[in-house]
Amino acid sequence: MSSAYLFSILATAAIFTLLALSLNIITGYAGQAMMGIAAFFGIGAYTAAIITTHGGNFLLALLAAIVVSGICGAVLGVISLRLQADFLAITTIGINFVMAALFNSLKITGGTLGLTTTKPVVFGIRMTNFHFFIFTTVLIIIVCLLITKMRHSWFGMALASIENDPGAARSFGINVSKYQILAFTIGTALAGLTGGLYAHRMGFISSSDFAFVVSIQIVSMCVIGGLGTLRGPIFGAVLLSALPEVLRFADDYRELVYALLLVIMVRFMPGGLLGDDSPVWKFLVMIWRKIKPRKKTRADLIAEKAAEEGGQA
Amino acid sequence: MFTQQLMNALAIGSVYALTAMGATLIYGILGILDIANAGAYLIGAYLGWYIYYATGSIVLAFVLSMLAVGVLGILIQKFIYSPILAKPNTLSIIPLVAAVGLFTMSSDLVRLICGPYSYSYNFDFGVTSIKLGPVVLVPAWILIFALTAVLLLILWFILNKTKLGLAWRATANDTEIAKVCGVNTNNAMALSYILGYGFAAAAGIMVGILYNSITPALGEVPSYKMLAIIVLGGLGNPLGTVLAGLFIGFAEVFLSAYTSIPIPKDAIAFVVLIIMLLIKPEGLLGQKNKI
Repeated sequence: MSSAYLFSILATAAIFTLLALSLNIITGYAGQAMMGIAAFFGIGAYTAAIITTHGGNFLLALLAAIVVSGICGAVLGVISLRLQADFLAITTIGINFVMAALFNSLKITGGTLGLTTTKPVVFGIRMTNFHFFIFTTVLIIIVCLLITKMRHSWFGMALASIENDPGAARSFGINVSKYQILAFTIGTALAGLTGGLYAHRMGFISSSDFAFVVSIQIVSMCVIGGLGTLRGPIFGAVLLSALPEVLRFADDYRELVYALLLVIMVRFMPGGLLGDDSPVWKFLVMIWRKIKPRKKTRADLIAEKAAEEGGQA
Repeated sequence: MFTQQLMNALAIGSVYALTAMGATLIYGILGILDIANAGAYLIGAYLGWYIYYATGSIVLAFVLSMLAVGVLGILIQKFIYSPILAKPNTLSIIPLVAAVGLFTMSSDLVRLICGPYSYSYNFDFGVTSIKLGPVVLVPAWILIFALTAVLLLILWFILNKTKLGLAWRATANDTEIAKVCGVNTNNAMALSYILGYGFAAAAGIMVGILYNSITPALGEVPSYKMLAIIVLGGLGNPLGTVLAGLFIGFAEVFLSAYTSIPIPKDAIAFVVLIIMLLIKPEGLLGQKNKI
């Protein structure tokens, strides 16, 4: 396996990991049924591609992709306030189809011909797959750190409460509308950034890159890995990006295996392979504890002491 | 020309209504957005083709294909959807993901088993067209009108005049209460699937005859358009679904015939849906389980 080939797979896997993380913010943390993430991925991709083909700077184009996608996401967030879970799922599917149709017919997006981008030059380096892989991985690490921080912040806890029960969250004085819109904005902005990266890594984009199938692929990554966890979408994205390469010998059966895997997963392990309830994850945690026993916390020490005293009495 | 378009719209609308009816019946009881219904449509069309060519009888093709696909539906409900729904705290997109997986599987299995090329029904009506004053009727349209009307009447009869239909309506209203009152909710679910998948199979055969071509990609367009239609009809409302199916059929035929909008025909359903949801989020007739 040549290293160029390896890095092209790794760069793709990294980009889809970032996209899966963006969906995870909306669906995993805020519990909103988003089935059209590819539309926002596409909005970001076309925004960035249009700017760089007109001579704009790559990094500025990425910024524009974040802003435009985020604004569209905020609008969807406002719409989502009016819609129940299933209605929202269908509306987002619809948005995906309409956006893909628009990408395919508008003049500014190149119509059926798509758009061709040139490989950007950042700090004097012409970016190759290797550079895209490094760049995206750094972004993934930053996003993961931010998400971890977010989870422990007021915002993260508010999202968790909305995911659990919006009615109860509202009764505790949490501004559900505000946080829901915010989750949509952040998630779609990240999807837009990913789109900008994707457009320039591929060198060519057309409407089929942002079809509903792509949304389903991203949802599958999150569901197979484990929605609502950080490790799940990353694992799912890497697994599903590598799977087509591994299954190359059985090219004809690839889709079938993919679909079968998906059905088996949601049927027997709806929490995902690495979700909190999954036996696989529990097993891994158990092994980890054997290798590295948990440090005793103060609560443990008090409990032990109490047990000792209880034994003496 | 106008009446011609009208009849065309009515035929397409009827097929949409029939295809979406299955998804509506299933949503009414289980609350699942069952995209896999489009898989039933595809498998129904292929099974119908095989039966038609084996026996030479189109009636047998309709009846046997509907029955077989209906039974398949019950199996899918029993072994896949029910266990998923029985788990606590299931996110609403989980059954939808299962449905997408099942639909992809059905398309791919059909492609692998029957080959990627198209099959033709070559059904001979005996006449090529019927002139009715200024209107030229295609025989396939008449078949579609008649069969849709008959199937919807049967549905109306089952839901409103039989004990099983009463159980269905009670379950659709509130599954828990129905169960407490001694209604066999399992039967109601099975009824949803046998009728829902059976209707989808019939719609598949009708489309196969109308366009004289079936391919493994047959289910792709209905799979998502169906969703737009059942939402427009007010999720879980059979009468609303019929109206919404006709409405989308009309919107598509007339918008693409008389205007030059920059979106393809198949995306119109969703544009209508999005506008509609913003104005009236509860659907055309609201969420009622009556016919």
